[in-house]
Parts: sequence; C-alpha cells; structure tokens
Amino acid sequence: MEENKNIEINTPDTGIPEEKVPSSFRLIFTLGIAGFLAGLIMAGAYIYTKPMIDANKAAAIERAIYKVLPNCVSFKLLEFKEGKLTSINPKENKKAAKGEVPRLVYMGYDKSDRVVGFAILGSEIGFADVITIMVGYDANKKTIIGYEVLECKETPGLGDKIFKDPNFRKNFTALLTEPDILFAKKGEKHKDNEVEAITGATISSKAVIRLLNNSMKEWKEPINNFIKADENKINEIKK
Amino acid sequence: MSQDNTSRAMEEFSKGLWKENQIFVTILGMCPSLAVTNSVINGLAMGVATTVVLILSNLLISLFRNVIPNQVRITAFIIIIATLVQVIDFLLAALFPSIHKELGAFIALIVVNCIILGRAEAFAAKNPPWLSVLDGTGMGIGFTFALVVIGVIREILGNGSLFNISLFGPKFEPWVIMILPPGGFITLGFLLLGFSWYAQRKIKKSQQKEK
Repeated sequence: MEENKNIEINTPDTGIPEEKVPSSFRLIFTLGIAGFLAGLIMAGAYIYTKPMIDANKAAAIERAIYKVLPNCVSFKLLEFKEGKLTSINPKENKKAAKGEVPRLVYMGYDKSDRVVGFAILGSEIGFADVITIMVGYDANKKTIIGYEVLECKETPGLGDKIFKDPNFRKNFTALLTEPDILFAKKGEKHKDNEVEAITGATISSKAVIRLLNNSMKEWKEPINNFIKADENKINEIKK
Repeated sequence: MSQDNTSRAMEEFSKGLWKENQIFVTILGMCPSLAVTNSVINGLAMGVATTVVLILSNLLISLFRNVIPNQVRITAFIIIIATLVQVIDFLLAALFPSIHKELGAFIALIVVNCIILGRAEAFAAKNPPWLSVLDGTGMGIGFTFALVVIGVIREILGNGSLFNISLFGPKFEPWVIMILPPGGFITLGFLLLGFSWYAQRKIKKSQQKEK
C-alpha cells in the first residue's frame, strides 16, 4: 500500500502523455515565419488593391464635387503654387501626386459656364481616425453650400451621424464662414455661422467644425485673390 | 459512423445559437456588442461581418493547428486574425467601395473582438477544419442574433424607430441615453438578468421533477 503511494508521487499520472517542449529556436522560427508570411500577404494585398482603391477614391472625389456644388456640370482643377492658384491639367496632377502632395481645389461651373463655387477637401483627426470631408464654398457669399463626407471611421450610430444624420447635414446647406464657424448645442443654433452639434457625438461634431475652419483659413484668401484677378483670365482657362 | 458525424456536426453548429451564446451566456465580445448596437442595422452589419471573419479565422487556425507549437499559439492566432482582417479590409475597399464605406468602422473593431480569439483557442485549435467552420458559423449566427436583439431595444427606445423607419410619429421624444454607451450597458444588464432568471427557473423545474 505504502509502496504504491510512493510510486504515485514520483510519477504523477495525468493521463496525458508528457509533452515535448520544443526548443526556443523552433518557437522563434515559427513566429518569425508566421510574421514574415503575414507581412508578405498584407503587402501583396496592399499592392494588388492599391490601384483599385485609388481609382475608387478618385471617382468618389468626382462624385462629391457634383454633390457639394449645386448646378455644377463641369469643373477645373486648381493648384495652390507659389502663393497663388493656377489651373492645371488633371493628367499632370497624377504625375505630381507621386512626389509631394499638391494642394488642390476644384472650381465648378454651371451650364452657362458661370463659376458656381469651389469644392475644397479637408482632413482632420476625429474620434476614431482621420475624417475627410469635401465642402462646396460659394466665394461671393462666403458661405458653405454643400457637404460630403468621404472618409469616416467614427463610431457607428454616434459619430457616423456626421454623414448619416440629415439634420446635421442641413447645417451645411447655407453656413456662413465669417468670422469663424462656431459650435452650438442641439436646438441652440441662432446665428448663420453656427453648427448644430450631434447629441452624444460632440467630439466628431467639433472635429468637423475644426476641419471646416482650417480649410477656410487655408483657402479663403487664395480663392479671393483668384477671383479678383482678371475675369478674362478665368475665361482663358476655360478655353 | 456517418450518423454519428452528422449529429456531432449538428451539435457543434447549434451550441453557439443558444446554449453557448457568446453574448448572453459566456459574456464575451462585449466591446462591439455595446459599442455598435444602437440601431438594428448596425447590429446586423457588425454581426454579419464578424461571422465571416470568425468562419475564416476558425478555418485557417484549424488548418495550421498542427504546425503551431503550443507555447506560441496565442501569438500565432493573433497574427493570423489580424492579417485576415486587414486583407478583408483592403479587398472590400478595392472591390466593394460602397460596402466598405458602410462597414469600414466595424472592420477595424473586429480585430479586438475576443470571441474570434476565444473560438480559435477553445475550438479551432483542437478540432478539424470542417467542424471549426460549423462552430464558427453557429457562434457567428448566435452573436448576430444577440446584437440584433440589443439593437432592436435600443433603437426603439433611443430613436423611436426600427430599421430607420419611424414608429411613433414626430411627437415621440427619443430616450437619447439608450443610443449612448450607458444605454448599451442598461439594455445588456436587463437582458442578462432575463437570461439568468430563465436559466434558474429551468433548473428549479427540473429539480422539482426529480423530487
């Protein structure tokens, strides 16, 4: 009896055959291979999908231009270079895009070739990730006349209301941009330059306002100067 | 033999639907279930996206289960899951941009869903691929069901609507807290209360029968 006990203590029988502990080399090697393959797969997927994603993005930008500028039927690409706006060829733009990112703005025309406004892209850190928004800007009235969210990973159901909530979007059909765009709680909008925020998504709402103010600070002056410049020049560009 | 197999398969599939429902019974994956269930559509989208990832990750991990040493399995699972989610993200953005715009935010959240890692560790690492796929499917459907239930309650109370269709007319004053994070906790709390009350009652009944 006692002998039996001793034996049991010496070799505890767990019912599972003793597992061989692999060498650390094997462990590191396995993880290394796994990491390497994972990187390879991700890089492959990235390279494979990049042109398609870029094409999708370009198409989305074009769609957004027509959405944010009511009555717009065609547009010109303008680049901010050496302190002023100059018209550029979209094909040249593609070449330039590989180096530094050019600062671009889109000028929209209506059927009778009158300028209806400018489509401006802006990005800002929101609650989750970068938010990218295009707005239509009427330079004569200093007013934002259209709004389209291009990229947004804000919390579904809360932050994503910046593009899903029609009441929030209504803020941007005629939003005065001077002196600054201001924040207002829901139901407390009194002035034309105030944005009525989304309940429960204050950070996302404020990010949108920050984005718009930054875009305006960046583009208001160049656009004004561009408009002031000879009317003939605009006509020339159009030709 | 084959009958045995089918009954085993049925069991692996159906256990996730109710008996081992990941939300209501094992209380896993709380982050997405609280964060995105403020409307039915969101809950459904999250559920479907998670189910797809869960099935694929279970399949992959089950296929590789004999190659991965036990000591580094969790790290290896995380590498597999993260890679999978990232590749799905790229492919959706490239091939289905409109779906990607709708689901983009959910996909990033899937990586942190512990149900995926939980099923990898608890099931796929020890079972053949076809059973793992069934397990993932069942668990995914159970998860989606739970999210939809929470979503229905929160959308009705917090927004006065269902599937974005207004239910009570414009005079309804929505109970905003229900679509905010606290509403998620409140709803889930009451649902869990209901579930454990039901389970307790079942146990009591069976005990009474034995007497």
